[in-house]
Amino acid sequence: MNPNRLFFVGLIPLTICLPVIAMPPASVTEGLDAIRAVSREGQGNEAASRGWKAVTSAGVAGLLPTLTAFSNASPAAVNWLRSAVDAIVEAEEKAGRPLPVRDLQQFLSDTKQSPAARRIAFELLNRQVPEETAKIIVTMIDDPSVEIRRDAIEARMKAAESLTGDVKRSEYTALFAASRDKDQAEELLKRLKAAGGSDDLTRHFGYITEWQVAGPFDSPGGSGFAKVYPPEEGIDYKARYSGKDGAELAWKPVQSAATYGTIDLNLDLGTFKDACAYAAADIVAEKDTPAEIRINTPNAVQIFLNGKKVYEHEEYHHGDRFDQYSVAVKLTAGKNRLLVKVCQNDQKEPWAQKWQFALRICDATGGALPLQQIVIRDGKETTITPGALKPVPTKEENK
Amino acid sequence: MKRFSVGLAGLFMALGTAAAEDWPQFRGPGGTAVSSETGLPTSFTKTTGLRWKADLPGRGLSSPVVVGGRVYVTASSGIRDDRLHVLCFDAGSGAKLWHRQLSATGSTACHPKTCMAAPTPVADESGVYALFATGDLAAFDADGTLRWYRSIVGDYPTVSNQVGMASSPIVYKNKLILPMDNAGESFLAAIDTKTGKNLWKTERPRVINWVTPLLRNHDGKVEVLFGGGRELVAYDVDTGKPLWTAAATGTIPSPSLDGELLLVPSRGVTALKLTGTETTEAWKSARMNTGMSSPLIYQGRVYALNPSAGLVICADAKTGEVLWQERVKGPFSASPVAGDGKLYVLNETGTLTVLKLGDHPEVISHSSIDEEALATPAISGGAIFIRGSKTLYCVGSKLGG
Repeated sequence: MNPNRLFFVGLIPLTICLPVIAMPPASVTEGLDAIRAVSREGQGNEAASRGWKAVTSAGVAGLLPTLTAFSNASPAAVNWLRSAVDAIVEAEEKAGRPLPVRDLQQFLSDTKQSPAARRIAFELLNRQVPEETAKIIVTMIDDPSVEIRRDAIEARMKAAESLTGDVKRSEYTALFAASRDKDQAEELLKRLKAAGGSDDLTRHFGYITEWQVAGPFDSPGGSGFAKVYPPEEGIDYKARYSGKDGAELAWKPVQSAATYGTIDLNLDLGTFKDACAYAAADIVAEKDTPAEIRINTPNAVQIFLNGKKVYEHEEYHHGDRFDQYSVAVKLTAGKNRLLVKVCQNDQKEPWAQKWQFALRICDATGGALPLQQIVIRDGKETTITPGALKPVPTKEENK
Repeated sequence: MKRFSVGLAGLFMALGTAAAEDWPQFRGPGGTAVSSETGLPTSFTKTTGLRWKADLPGRGLSSPVVVGGRVYVTASSGIRDDRLHVLCFDAGSGAKLWHRQLSATGSTACHPKTCMAAPTPVADESGVYALFATGDLAAFDADGTLRWYRSIVGDYPTVSNQVGMASSPIVYKNKLILPMDNAGESFLAAIDTKTGKNLWKTERPRVINWVTPLLRNHDGKVEVLFGGGRELVAYDVDTGKPLWTAAATGTIPSPSLDGELLLVPSRGVTALKLTGTETTEAWKSARMNTGMSSPLIYQGRVYALNPSAGLVICADAKTGEVLWQERVKGPFSASPVAGDGKLYVLNETGTLTVLKLGDHPEVISHSSIDEEALATPAISGGAIFIRGSKTLYCVGSKLGG
């Protein structure tokens, strides 16, 4: 039997016979309410501080209610809760009292709870019953907590080293599909290929590789970041715009040749400083879908979804790392128009010349979503699966 | 900010040294990097001269701080460097008193050399205020009770420094002075140490800056001196209003203040003489190109590291005349600290070089922790606290030993 099932099924009689997570004391409930009410600039801090003391002074009775309170709490409130868990656990351990293993196991098994809180529960269990968590972790490669998922994949990767043939290839295929961290995905793809399999990092991460781009628009002194150019007011792929130095601009299709989906505007539009460019893509979702748009760029950037600005960040040439910026959005059923504005400043240094971006659409764990894309081929709209890279030119074509 | 630690009293009586002086912030009392203690240790090995060492849960460029016999240190960990730690140790025994964790609410992007535990926490008698490069800011009582928490990026969403923030907060009475110069909304703020709410918040230029502010007491008025990329500004500590400015810029190492002499380091050192609200340039030295480390003023002399040349440079504080220089193996990220007539220089590979100071330098010892060391050491209770990438070391005699 799957050890995961053993771990969790063993809890069923307990959950039927006993209220596993007893009702917390009123002081704990009120304390947690006060903590969850904190807001901007320290508003609610005094009440939250009293609440924190009430929750932690309840001892272990406050532990599961505090973990449960993570769900839908603000990031600030989560940190009040996180430190309360530490204080409770520390006091219990100093007093030599064991933590409530079964309650924690039940909490961990409930994937509707906050991934961050479940990760804490997992770590607490690992301190209490390491043998049992070693059995369960290998079953959790699809866990909503990316930290649990990472540990699960790592454990399975170690075990997979001793596998052979189709079993090994199949295992690496499953682990690659489950992976969310760049380093792990790259290592798994390497192992998968060595085992005779194949896959694709670009599609695995959900990069949009085909775009319509228009630019450069003039942006003296960085002023273009705040300026509304015509593409922000509505996109017509046949439109013509007045660009930098009076040049006539038109939308043009571009396709990335990079594994991680980079669109290099210096290559596609030319090298310009004090300039803004737009990139547009039409993404199709089968149904209304919660999603995250994750983008990396060394330039100032804005993202619009279906005509509404959903993200902006004005910072230049301070890195360009994987999943640099992220914003949670909701894709609507059918076509969703994505517009990215990428602004270049006037820095002269050699390291400040990049003008590029890479964008992917994924779920909350970072996994690609089953999306389609409408592109224009030979003047006609065509639906494709996004993520195809521009073919590398052959030697003959290069000649 | 002197405070006699009851826990360390026996130690000091046994050693015949002065009372424990707190080291409450980045570069110690007043940000001077100077300790008034005597009888400080000069060397250690793996088996001798260590009072204790303790494992840390993550990296950090933040220095340990010591107040009331408690050592506070921050760390960050995790594949995304988004797990933030605040720890408290007993300075005498090294016992871990408490450990609290936070989750990053701001970006964890940074230069690979740094990490999210780069700003040094600041402590007072009541507890510790821990700022992380993610903009997460928490106040813990000395016993680990969370007094308040702020997500600075949650409050001001454009705050961002993807090279990695490192300016450290300081405390004046009930005010936590929070420097927040970055690529987005930039400000200097005073935050109520009891509630975590803003007492004042003054807008600053959107220029990334790693400098830690200083306090200056002038005619009974306390000013916050904060250098940056455009100028150095003095603010009224009670209101946050700018009072005067000086045309001295620098965004990486921090200034040092000794009486009327203010050192502003940036590709060399500019020494300013402060007369009331007037500043005049006393001297300037391009040789004291300190890189990331900050110079200090001790017993009438300036000590600065020149990392590219691998030198400790000693100059007359009044004139800037270089009196001597001594080759010391770098590279350096940590700033030097001084006390007991000695200069302590920690390089990035974890070698602590101790120089006896005088008209001519004398290298007393080289000791190594054998791990990366980017944080400035702390001096308190007759001990040197060195923060490695994985371990916190307390160099000094054992209690009762």
